[in-house]
Amino acid sequence: MSRRDVLSAKRWRLEMRSRILHGMRLFFVDRGFMEVQTPVRTPAPAPERHIDAVRSEGWYLQTSPELYMKRLLAAGYEKIFQICPVFRKGERGRRHHPEFTLLEWYRLGSDYEALKADCLELLQAVCAHVGRYPRFPFGPHWLTVLPPWEHWTVRDIFLDRAGWDPLKNYDPDRFTEDLVEKIEPTLGFPAPAFLSDYPPEEAALAKLRPHQAVKVAERFELYWAGIELANGFSELTDRKEQEERFRECLARRQEEGRDVYPWPLRFLESLDDLESAAGIALGVDRLVMLLTDASSLDDVTAFEPEHEP
Amino acid sequence: MGATLTAGDLRKGLKLEIDGEPYLIVDFEFSKPGKGQALYRCRLRNMITGTQFDRTYRSGDKFLAADLDEQEMEFLYKEGNRYHFMNTSTYEQVELAEESVGEAKNFLTENLHVDMLFFKGSPIGISLPNFVELKVIKSDPGVKGDTASGATKPVTLETGYEIQVPLFIEEGDVLKLDTRTGTYVERVKTSA
Repeated sequence: MSRRDVLSAKRWRLEMRSRILHGMRLFFVDRGFMEVQTPVRTPAPAPERHIDAVRSEGWYLQTSPELYMKRLLAAGYEKIFQICPVFRKGERGRRHHPEFTLLEWYRLGSDYEALKADCLELLQAVCAHVGRYPRFPFGPHWLTVLPPWEHWTVRDIFLDRAGWDPLKNYDPDRFTEDLVEKIEPTLGFPAPAFLSDYPPEEAALAKLRPHQAVKVAERFELYWAGIELANGFSELTDRKEQEERFRECLARRQEEGRDVYPWPLRFLESLDDLESAAGIALGVDRLVMLLTDASSLDDVTAFEPEHEP
Repeated sequence: MGATLTAGDLRKGLKLEIDGEPYLIVDFEFSKPGKGQALYRCRLRNMITGTQFDRTYRSGDKFLAADLDEQEMEFLYKEGNRYHFMNTSTYEQVELAEESVGEAKNFLTENLHVDMLFFKGSPIGISLPNFVELKVIKSDPGVKGDTASGATKPVTLETGYEIQVPLFIEEGDVLKLDTRTGTYVERVKTSA
């Protein structure tokens, strides 16, 4: 196939992508969310142990807009969303591109349960908007956006499919390996599924549930047809605890010889003004993959990450 | 010595040295759950024994690229279970045991040019041209199947290899074969 034919062959999927983006915007604007734009280039990306930022003239390309979105929340913007490109170094596979599109939305004064309700309504609205409601084919499966959606806790699904309790004896290597090999491939058939309440070591920027003997992070992931689609949480708003987590994370990054990012001082200061909030990031390209029965992100992006000049 | 590689270099088709032996990555998948560490899942095939296994690597793991080299050789003759070749540019002779020649022995005739693969300077196998021509040395003339299209019969080729061919093929015919599938392509010369 010529290069021109490769692009023409993607036409239907790229049209679906355009309609999906439009459907998302309609959904959020209808519900009183404001679309925002924040810097793609940043002096200080969010410290994450396993996410590497691409350098850009001494600054970095964003790995997610979350720190800026939370600064807007702290300034009183109650309901905001953004659809933007993000960059993650070294991530390349059928379901990973080093540059991809995230949809993020945030709610002031809410917790992660409100975000789960949003997910259910959003996916139904988007499926209806692009003619994939209520059922559509994906590989050998028929998927549906209709409820009921399964709700699993991390503890229950690990006990059920991997035979151990990560809240009791957390082991990072075993956790990731069992998640990828034994659990993820089984989640979200035929309707999407939520996986909630992670061990504190997997909390990222999520709040730990207060007053509990066994600590869990109020974080969830949304899966559909074995594909991780979104990650949301009740935001950690305790500045001290957030500073500790960042310090610990940057120390580990230094040990591992990874880039150690500048201290995100302005973000940390803004936490003083933030009571409670919830936020979520959804992989737009992966949703397009699902809704267009594609097996790789390469099929739903006009140009592949390795495209020639 | 092969170059040092990191997990980020892993991909399908890459050749690694593991425990002193060369391996080819025949299948590769990059996985990374949300906030978790990256997993590089590989299916590896031992390039000498052909055995396969799956292994998962993590970022931070280091690898050695397999030190491999390919040279054009001419097949000379077979003696016992040793196959003798000659390097077409240095005229140096190299021998290879039958188990390293593998299935390729079914298509090897004198003077055939092949590519020989060396691992750390020792020969480990050969790759054939995609197509070769071989003579039929035995065909049972008594076989008279129905003549409907698709009917085949077995014949023996000069290398001893037995293959299914169309009914019109006769002893002495020269056939073109696809070495990748081991199948008949067409007749290039008739015995008459």
